[in-house]
Amino acid sequence: MSAATTTASRRYVMTVDTRQCVGCKACVLACKGENAVPDGFCRDWVVEEVRGEFPVLSAEIRSERCNHCTEAPCVKNCPTGASWVAEGGTVLVTHGKCSGCKACISACPYDARFVHPDGYVDKCTFCLHRVQKGLMPACVTVCPTGTLTFGDAHDPDSAVSRLLRTRKSKVAHPESGAEPNLYFLV
Amino acid sequence: MVSTRREFIKIGGTGVGAVALGSGVTTKWWGLDRDVVPDPRTDGDQVIPSFCELCFWKCGILAHVRDGKVTKIVGNPEHPLSRGHLCPRGTGGVGLLYDPDRLKKPLLRRSKKRGGQEFEEVSWEKALDFTAEKLLRIKKTCGPEKVALFSHGYGGTFFKHLLFAYGSGNVTAPSYGQCRGPREVGFQLTFGSPVGSPEVLDIANSRCITLVGSHLGENMHNTQVQDFARAVANGATVIVVDPRYSTAAGKARYWLPIKPGTDLALLLAWAHVIVAEGLYDREYVEKYATGFDELKKHLEDKTPEWAWAETSIAPELIVETARVIAGARPASLVHPGRHTTWYGDDVQRSRAIAILNALLGSWGRRGGFFIPTSMSVPPYPVPPYAAPAKTAQDHPDGVVYPFADEVLSHGVCDATIPGRVGGPGCPIKGWIVYGTNLIQALPQRQQTLDAIQHLELLVAIDVLPAEITGYADVVLPEATYLERWDDVGPTPWSEPFLAIRQPVVPPLAESKPGWWIAKELANRMDLGSYFPWDDAEKMVVARLEKGGVDVKALRTKGVLRGKKVPVTTEDGLELAFGTATKKIELYSARMAEAGLPPLPPYTRHPQPADGQFRLLFGRTPTHTFGRTTNNRFLSEVYAENEVWMNARAARERGLANGDEVVLVNQDGVRSQPTRLKATQRIRPDCVFVVHGYGHESPGLRFAKGRGLDDSRLVTKVEVDPVAGSTGMSVNFVTVEKAGAAAAAAPAAEA
Repeated sequence: MSAATTTASRRYVMTVDTRQCVGCKACVLACKGENAVPDGFCRDWVVEEVRGEFPVLSAEIRSERCNHCTEAPCVKNCPTGASWVAEGGTVLVTHGKCSGCKACISACPYDARFVHPDGYVDKCTFCLHRVQKGLMPACVTVCPTGTLTFGDAHDPDSAVSRLLRTRKSKVAHPESGAEPNLYFLV
Repeated sequence: MVSTRREFIKIGGTGVGAVALGSGVTTKWWGLDRDVVPDPRTDGDQVIPSFCELCFWKCGILAHVRDGKVTKIVGNPEHPLSRGHLCPRGTGGVGLLYDPDRLKKPLLRRSKKRGGQEFEEVSWEKALDFTAEKLLRIKKTCGPEKVALFSHGYGGTFFKHLLFAYGSGNVTAPSYGQCRGPREVGFQLTFGSPVGSPEVLDIANSRCITLVGSHLGENMHNTQVQDFARAVANGATVIVVDPRYSTAAGKARYWLPIKPGTDLALLLAWAHVIVAEGLYDREYVEKYATGFDELKKHLEDKTPEWAWAETSIAPELIVETARVIAGARPASLVHPGRHTTWYGDDVQRSRAIAILNALLGSWGRRGGFFIPTSMSVPPYPVPPYAAPAKTAQDHPDGVVYPFADEVLSHGVCDATIPGRVGGPGCPIKGWIVYGTNLIQALPQRQQTLDAIQHLELLVAIDVLPAEITGYADVVLPEATYLERWDDVGPTPWSEPFLAIRQPVVPPLAESKPGWWIAKELANRMDLGSYFPWDDAEKMVVARLEKGGVDVKALRTKGVLRGKKVPVTTEDGLELAFGTATKKIELYSARMAEAGLPPLPPYTRHPQPADGQFRLLFGRTPTHTFGRTTNNRFLSEVYAENEVWMNARAARERGLANGDEVVLVNQDGVRSQPTRLKATQRIRPDCVFVVHGYGHESPGLRFAKGRGLDDSRLVTKVEVDPVAGSTGMSVNFVTVEKAGAAAAAAPAAEA
């Protein structure tokens, strides 16, 4: 992370380059390994959309996860305060405060949350435990195709800021008003 | 993934979650807990470098070990093949290491017949004594060349060494005759060098990448996919020739959904346009190639219009793509592929690809093919081998294939069945099978099973109870790549480097490293002088020290990189060719001498009849065929193969996406049932499945019964007259709804 912004004023975002992604799911498995995600669950996933009819086809592949929304519906709808906003706008769940009521799961436009077998709601953390050590999230590190970029959108010199300036991008469900922070480069 | 995600949530939410809700409320006053950033604590207290063996690319890894357990595996940033990144399989090494189905103790067969699946757990002592005694008996009664080793994987070096010391040169792998063999022969004949593995492709700097049936991105060789993505990001043009809209096709400017079996017509037509329009690299061809005039003449009638009728690709498109390909030369590469055993004229197709690359001047050029370099280590001194490098035992049906550079696995199979072989003397009597599941890897299963019943000894050395272990007389459980030392050797690449395979954790259960098994067998056969080291670590260290390598640095970093040297003409390399003429042989006099067509002819292959589909098979990114399909961690994202079928063709047959279907081949062989994937992404005359599913071994408790086994349906092959390899995409199937009454099998097309 650049020193240009203080921790408090950072806005962490991730860009997903749909042109480069081959949908190999290295991100899914690296996340599972890094975060000890239990069997049968995942915090990120891959969507393949193919349009058209044989032989005129187009495809888009997206690695998806929690959008760490600026106006996060999960945080607003959490009755116990377990969902909270950490450094850089990262949305986290404090396990001990979570009752597993699933209000956040209903509220999330992105289907990004699940109930961990231990009873709390779990999801992508942007690997904040790694980011705080100066590392990239596990999915970004493993990705063989350079599809994923993570950084501070408030820092104009960051790689994500440069990509968002120079490439066309879109977000999923912009109509939700949640102001998601996962950008798909097209 | 997306469709199953809701299911995950439902399961998690209604079951375990509800139980935990009670405990959460009653045992915790959650309002007072402090917010903390959760740390899953998967960082190791030790981080040990080695290299991967989930496939055969050999990417550098860093294994995190915490309290004696491997928590995660990440890419080694220092290693030139991983560059800090891994494909999904690399991460999944943990799933192999802790697979509950691993072979744990040596086994001796108790059932009367091989394959009866009755085994007795025995001591290593007993298993090794039994094996050595049998091997010595075969050596005495028939001669050492009557034992063959099938070996796939880096750890096989010790067993190859053992077999050569024992006196047999019958070292073989299906990865040659059933995979990359034709490509290596085709390039060897043309450029005097094989393509090798890792392939010597400078994809990252390429401006035009043409893939013919090669599905990069689904075939996940790490560096190659990294380079492919980088080239795409840099705006390289991608041209994909594939009956299926592969992942790579989704990145392509041109997708040519070619009629299967006709690729050679397209390649020749491309060459025709490039020569006729004078788009080839005249200077390069004049300087480095021979036989251009013969080639030009050969191409005269291979017009785009001619190719159209064969391939179904419109002539304008053939001309346009030929110009795009040539327009980017020399940084334009026509990918040689990897699995190339398709139709039986596969060397000729590989030759056509090699010739196209020669016309583009891409061999030895930036953005084309680089000339690899490597860092070698002096050998450990051992006595000279008694055996020749290659014996004459491997001739399928008695036919000799002079250009086959490696022993042919199916030839060894033939040579095991009495009366079928052209090789001298009695049939082969003993098989040592290391890390390759011959049941799924070889075509024509009935022949493999017949051969197995004729053996006097079948030894299987493996990590998992793959089908082949069920047919063994003795099963020797090997430690995984994370638990053992392996030999050290060079990997030819665009820069010199040396990587080390060292244990990350001790072997689990009673599994033993391959080096130990080989040495113990050698000791029992009076071949101990060939294994004079105490253990593999001492042997590797001795070799490294002799070579002046900084052993400590290598063990700490996992890899040492040498000084870069020129690998393309742009770097200042002078090109040289290993052919007889010391030139690129567009016209192959060697082939002419052998009575084979010296320029690639087009052969029209049979096409499926109405109602039939050509069976095509390939890869998914998360698996290395049957080697990994029992890996529960990898199977979290892909657990079962499906049959890809054109959506309209499916609809016409009353089949819908998700239906359970059975494939029935031209010989009436039926597959296991699996789901149908009705999709726009494939031509209506073929079906596609991911290879390596439909396991039947009872020991593979996860993989058993998942998906269908395509290799069971490969009852027919077309043997390549140049390389002796087996073209396997020549089987036709009908598709039935599972459970429907078994219809009479349609007759195969003449």
